[in-house]
Amino acid sequence: MTALTGAVVPRKYLPVLVTAGLFLAMFIAGGTRYEGFFSAQVVLNVFIDNAFLLVVAVGMTFVILTGGIDLSVGSMVALATMVAAVLLNAGWPPVAVIVVVLLIGAGLGLGMGCMIHFFEIQPFIATLAGMFLARGLCYTIGTDSIPITDPTFTAAAQTQVPLGGELWISPSVLIAVAVVGIAAYVLHQTRFGRTVYATGGNEQSARLMGLPVARTKLGVYTISGFCSALGGLLLAFYMLSGYGLHAVGLELDAIAAVVIGGTLLTGGSGFLIGTVLGVLILGLIQTVISFQGTLSSWWTKIFVGLLLGAFILLQRVISGRKK
Amino acid sequence: MTSAAPILQLTGIGKQFPGVTALDDVDLRVLPGEVHALMGENGAGKSTLIKVLTGVHPADSGTILLDSREVTFGSPLDAQQAGISTVYQEVNLCPNLSVAENVLIGREPRRFGRIQWKAMRRRAAERLAELDLDLDVTAPLSQYSLAIQQMVAIARALEVKARVLVLDEPTSSLDTGEVEQLFRVMRTLKEQGVAILFVSHFLDQVYEIADRMTILRNGRREGDYPTGELSQVELIAKMIGRDLAELERLEERPPARTTGTLLQADGLGRTGGIEPFSLTIREGEVVGLAGLLGSGRTEVARLLFGADHATSGSVTLDGEPVSLRTPQIAMTHKIAFCPEDRKADGLIPDLTVRENVVLALQARRGWTRPIPREQQAQLVDRYIKALKISPANPEQLVRNLSGGNQQKVLLARWLILEPRLLILDEPTRGIDVGAKAEIQRLVAELSDGGMAVLFISAELEEVLRLSHKVGVLRDRRLIAELPNDDTLTTEVLMQTIASGGRS
Ligand SMILES: Nc1ncnc2c1ncn2[C@@H]1O[C@H](COP(=O)(O)OP(=O)(O)OP(=O)(O)O)[C@@H](O)[C@H]1O
Ligand SMILES: [Mg+2]
Repeated sequence: MTALTGAVVPRKYLPVLVTAGLFLAMFIAGGTRYEGFFSAQVVLNVFIDNAFLLVVAVGMTFVILTGGIDLSVGSMVALATMVAAVLLNAGWPPVAVIVVVLLIGAGLGLGMGCMIHFFEIQPFIATLAGMFLARGLCYTIGTDSIPITDPTFTAAAQTQVPLGGELWISPSVLIAVAVVGIAAYVLHQTRFGRTVYATGGNEQSARLMGLPVARTKLGVYTISGFCSALGGLLLAFYMLSGYGLHAVGLELDAIAAVVIGGTLLTGGSGFLIGTVLGVLILGLIQTVISFQGTLSSWWTKIFVGLLLGAFILLQRVISGRKK
Repeated sequence: MTSAAPILQLTGIGKQFPGVTALDDVDLRVLPGEVHALMGENGAGKSTLIKVLTGVHPADSGTILLDSREVTFGSPLDAQQAGISTVYQEVNLCPNLSVAENVLIGREPRRFGRIQWKAMRRRAAERLAELDLDLDVTAPLSQYSLAIQQMVAIARALEVKARVLVLDEPTSSLDTGEVEQLFRVMRTLKEQGVAILFVSHFLDQVYEIADRMTILRNGRREGDYPTGELSQVELIAKMIGRDLAELERLEERPPARTTGTLLQADGLGRTGGIEPFSLTIREGEVVGLAGLLGSGRTEVARLLFGADHATSGSVTLDGEPVSLRTPQIAMTHKIAFCPEDRKADGLIPDLTVRENVVLALQARRGWTRPIPREQQAQLVDRYIKALKISPANPEQLVRNLSGGNQQKVLLARWLILEPRLLILDEPTRGIDVGAKAEIQRLVAELSDGGMAVLFISAELEEVLRLSHKVGVLRDRRLIAELPNDDTLTTEVLMQTIASGGRS
């Protein structure tokens, strides 16, 4: 790894490369240990099972790049499934349901962004409030799991998009990949995206440089709210139910994916591709554990914990050596 | 020219901070096509006036007329859009972004909302070339020195086709060549009718470039004068309210009462940093380091303090070989280093003056043995007085001090350690004439008391005034070591630098 540092690759790519290497290593190790692991469908299944997490983590990446955090995403996902289920059962057309859910997500995100920016409330606190609010709203709607029987939603759940050979993915994966693509474009090719990086690099300087910091901060929380709602819809496709207990602790998975992907929690540095790899690694750990069969699913948490620790140390080392 | 209508007219500006009146009924008139200097001691209110003007702080009272129309700016962005482009006192850029982005972000060339990266790099390189800078514009800004960052900030300000250009101490880390370059650009802008508001503590620069000046003292306007009608002596008297004669007392340096060699570096070097050099520092000696930006001055200091690892050579201290691998080790050997970039490597803005000052002393004692509060107060009080830190309140947060006063706090932190070797990297950056003289006097006193000092400054006069011996650096090489006798002048130093030490 030390051979990689220095002149060969710019240091900013190093965390992402480490993550990519780790993913490959896990995949190869899994392949040599377990029968039937070494196939493209295993990777695709990771995508299929984690499409909603990927979308949520994309929103989280925007927020973390500005140096903020969004703890509300898990509850927002649950709220989205809940609202979708209730409205569908009330006979709303699916398109209207999707639009309303996305608007609610974006609106709540914007609200938290306003609290953070205009009232100068710590993002941790503001989104913690949002987390309780959204979870609470779920229970005011209903305490039980609400099944979804709408044909559009069930079609989305059951359609297999063939990729040639025996391989297939779900429509949700297509949506998630599209979200990643759009987000990467926005972050790297648009003024808004660069201002996100600038704000995370040094908010005070960004303001003095005449950048629209306020708009950018509101923007990232809106995006995160929107992505949570979209993630909630994907989860509703996947589970075919709305439930207030869906996605408990998802915010932590999303943060973990972003950090494992090499994005600095202090903001200003990181890549979306890292987030994708982070989600894949989290998914692959679960796959390994299910292949092993004898391990309880708590091992997932233990591995994630160890990985997170290792990556945060790595970030320290890298940013510490930056002169 | 004086008959022209002012492009900028501030009237009756007042600004209070909790416990401090930063500005009190200040007027300022800037004409198109003039360079207007804003003068005053550290803490006089210059930066505050600029921040009120550009929408960083709201004014408590007063009006701002731009082109005879009243304006109020809610943010720096508003001011920029109205045609006021500003370089604030501290370098305010994003270290994580590339140089090109720092020059152009917010004004990137775009097509259908998409940033044209190639055009952007080209334009940034052009802007920098106007300032005679040839940088890798794709590299992150954090790779570059403070001086280069300052130039990049200036390039950014020039990018805006502004009618009013505000420069708050743009030259504080620049050397002569770059200042000349900047002045050339300023003159061109001036011919185009741009009004420039300029702050500097270098009086020579002000007299070279400014047409008129407004003097502030303790947040009040002392008056405005055409530069030609006010001598430097009068100017200083108006700024500090007493005579310069009192300050210029620093006479010829007595020869160092050298008792013995303190530190000897033999072939010390670092690949990519500085080529191997040998340097002897004796007790009670002030060794100056002169050289252009990037010549390796700071690298020498960092090696001697263990902030960088030497890849060759050895160091002896009191004749004993030592390995200065880390700053902690250097500190146990009583070596102290006051770094150049107070924002990045030095002060903690959210702690008080007292806490910042005792930090290094506390670190050396170990955190399990807190310094008694009373002792802290005594120590800090002494240095607040010695360095004239204002406001003289040890419990003030450092972030609320003016730039020059922050620098004094940093200096106090290292002076308080009473080190045997004190390394000062640009210690008087952003410090006003009065305080600068105080600091020079303090350094002289300390060295008379036996402390060795390694003194780095872009200001050659200052180096000459204080040093017993001057090391000249060029292109990361120590090219000469000159004793400071009567024959050594700034001209000789500049020639040595220019000729590469071959003369
Ligand atoms: N945010 C703040 N809160 C409280 N006091 C402040 C704040 N900003 C500035 N001050 C105070 O206002 C006064 C004027 O500060 P200002 O920065 O304008 O000085 P300056 O003339 O620019 O000095 P320098 O030459 O050192 O840069 C100082 O006494 C300073 O301590
Ligand atoms: Mg100032």
